[in-house]
Amino acid sequence: MERKQIEDLAKLAKLEFTPEELDRFAGDMGDILGFVDKLGELDTKGVPPAAHVSGAVNVLREDVPRPSVPREDVLMGAPERDESGFIIPRVI
Amino acid sequence: MQLYEYTAHELRSLLRSGEVSAAETAEALLDRIAGTDPQLNAYITVLGDAALEQAGEADSLLKAGDGGALCGVPVGIKDNICIRGVRTTCASRMLENFSPPYDANVIELLRAQGSVFLGKCNMDEFAMGSSTETSYFGPVRNPHDLSRVPGGSSGGSAAAVAAGSAVVAIGSDTGGSIRQPASLCGVVGMKPTYGMVSRYGLVAFASSLDQIGPLARSVRDCAMVLDAIVKGDSRDTTSIMDAQDGFEARLETDMKGKRVGLPREYFAQGVDEEVRDAVLEAAKTFESMGAVCEECSLPLAEYALVAYYLVSSAEASSNLARYDGVRYGYRAHGAKDHEEMFVRSRSEGFGREVKRRIMLGAYVLSAGYYDAYYKKAQQVRTLIMRDYAALFNKYDFLLTPASPTTAWKEGARIDDPLRMYAADMCTVPVNIAGLPALVLPCGRGEGGLPIGMQIIGPARSDALVLGAGYAYEQAAGGGALRPVEVGGGQG
Repeated sequence: MERKQIEDLAKLAKLEFTPEELDRFAGDMGDILGFVDKLGELDTKGVPPAAHVSGAVNVLREDVPRPSVPREDVLMGAPERDESGFIIPRVI
Repeated sequence: MQLYEYTAHELRSLLRSGEVSAAETAEALLDRIAGTDPQLNAYITVLGDAALEQAGEADSLLKAGDGGALCGVPVGIKDNICIRGVRTTCASRMLENFSPPYDANVIELLRAQGSVFLGKCNMDEFAMGSSTETSYFGPVRNPHDLSRVPGGSSGGSAAAVAAGSAVVAIGSDTGGSIRQPASLCGVVGMKPTYGMVSRYGLVAFASSLDQIGPLARSVRDCAMVLDAIVKGDSRDTTSIMDAQDGFEARLETDMKGKRVGLPREYFAQGVDEEVRDAVLEAAKTFESMGAVCEECSLPLAEYALVAYYLVSSAEASSNLARYDGVRYGYRAHGAKDHEEMFVRSRSEGFGREVKRRIMLGAYVLSAGYYDAYYKKAQQVRTLIMRDYAALFNKYDFLLTPASPTTAWKEGARIDDPLRMYAADMCTVPVNIAGLPALVLPCGRGEGGLPIGMQIIGPARSDALVLGAGYAYEQAAGGGALRPVEVGGGQG
């Protein structure tokens, strides 16, 4: 896998790597993709993809209001917060 | 006999008759943890006072004749399952200080029983690994040989049960994370049918594969835990709403006329001879009970591992997108804008294996590669499900090794992802098809290291799978296993 491809992927995944890590990843990913290319041996024409195993489709519930987790409980784990919300660095 | 040596069903009798109290049981287990964990590192968080408080409540319930089968039984909980107000780290720096504001469904159900939570068990980071070496809190060691890995990702849960620092434990299994460490630590572990146990409150890794299940020192104990935690739950839309419990009551020993398939691909290249021999010996035990064992074939087994790494990494990359440093978890300091905060929080918060899987997942889901990898893997998944369905027309259950090798030396595979991934070759196909599978000890290999076998049944045949395991356990003269003496000797 090309170094540039790894860098683009990292951007998509919102990760950053040191140059040494990038080299290592390029090697690992090359090995792993070599391994997964094995699937190409199988003829899967016309086989429906399995999204999951149970066969259930669109499990829905009635749209009725119900109590949620209290706001204070949700904010408890925030890295930075005020009384009513999360604080993050500037966006614009 | 020490209190920590009893199985859950033995403890149930002792607790109900009043011979022992839940409080003294909890104290004995906490002492055992204190004595073994400096060597094993099976726990990330130990709940000392909280456990004793729960034990006190359990004693009141027992006195009143209330409480479930697991009332007063000390349980270890894998650290990717939420307990309200208790640090739940997923063995990651990302969640090092995260305390969830709610209980997982399994925790609610165990509380209703009156169980005692000993603590949160160590694991591979975000359950991604097969050796419990990727934990941010350090590796777990195998109680049978401290220089070896316990398997993974539920390595802490398995090591604790093997060493007697938990009576039973709860783990999660995405590609073998309950069964493979159970095999390497010589305990019993079960992955129920996908949907049997609600995933509400389990930190998601690969949602179409993840399933919660028990680790224990006997098949009966596994059945007891399943009786407690199998219950339809509308908060997990994949939950089987009409799931039946009563597993312990349905443990049967009659194997007469049962048809057992031995898929040859599970005994092929890459599986050690000592493992193969031990499982074939177990097949003879089934035959001596009147079962009919026959070689069969699961031709696509070798592709299951590949499909698994594509599907699980794709789902993981989506699931782990939520860790952005905004609402909970690790946040990098001093970022000048939100974008830098996301990138640095994730890069500093996740470990190497987790990043590797996120990258692989992002790759196989990206435009231009989706059809060749992700869709292809999902099609192979369909084919594997069909193969199993065909086999279950002929056989009641399948018998296979649980792991191609016994426990390996710490560090031996950590820098070779493909060799590490191969450790799951016996367990992964079951997750791909959503089937129930039980792993239990069937012998020892070189150095006295445990060998495990796996019993696989059709979807929703959990009771049958447990019954077959129970029958073997009785016939092989096993029954409950003794805890391993940590630091040498055999259990």
